[in-house]
Amino acid sequence: MSEHTISPEQHTISPEKHMVSREEMVSREVVVGMPQGLHARPADQLAREARKWQSRIELLNDSQRVDGKSILEVLTLAAEAGTRLVVEVTGPDAHEALEAIGTLFDRNFNEQENNEGR
Amino acid sequence: MKFSDFVSTDAIRSHVDAGSKEGVIREMTQSLVDAGSIAAADYESIVKAIMKREDLGSTGIGRGVAVPHTKHPSVSRLVGTVAVSHSGVDFESLDGEPVQLFFLLVSPPDRPGDHLRALENISRQLRDEAFCRQLKSAKGPVDIRSLLEEADSHGVTT
Repeated sequence: MSEHTISPEQHTISPEKHMVSREEMVSREVVVGMPQGLHARPADQLAREARKWQSRIELLNDSQRVDGKSILEVLTLAAEAGTRLVVEVTGPDAHEALEAIGTLFDRNFNEQENNEGR
Repeated sequence: MKFSDFVSTDAIRSHVDAGSKEGVIREMTQSLVDAGSIAAADYESIVKAIMKREDLGSTGIGRGVAVPHTKHPSVSRLVGTVAVSHSGVDFESLDGEPVQLFFLLVSPPDRPGDHLRALENISRQLRDEAFCRQLKSAKGPVDIRSLLEEADSHGVTT
């Protein structure tokens, strides 16, 4: 399956774009499927993908709500394998952004077992 | 999890000399050897494993912070250390900023939860900008140690 590979640099968020935006909120539940949990590498992938979109992207875990565009914030979830999270996206490109983020989780961040750091 | 649960205090360095990613990782891994936290015989293998992990994507998490890490069968518990580079090192971070503050972690392969909780602790504490800034301007390992102790005593332990 091919994915669009646009580097984050090309997709910086400009305030002008926000002004023409329609605010729309969509959300879905995702499950952390990686055996190692939502550790640094998937958190980095998540933040990089989230930064491609204008919409605000948040992850919810019980009482916690974090900014999906910040690795630091995502890591504070300490989401282990099997954790259910809600991804909430608000903004002009909310549907596409949610689809992209959801796909990362559905594909377990393309994580191959047993190769990390070995 | 607290810093004191995984930071080897004797391996803390307030002035790393290295100017490259690999150089910093080598210096920090050596400091863990010197502190007796890992065996000298495992040094090269651990450095290689950490560098291999960096190849998969930088562990520069932004705000001038990086968390180079690996799993390694030679350790039976999570070990780590902290280092500061006053000049900053290019770590290919998400935000493009040079990295001044490093948390290096080596964890047993069968304990992913501990690794996650250490990352959680580091990232939660670093949301405090003052804490981050004070660590980066530490004059000696003792300063870093007391900052970590202070964070441990204030933070909610998980």
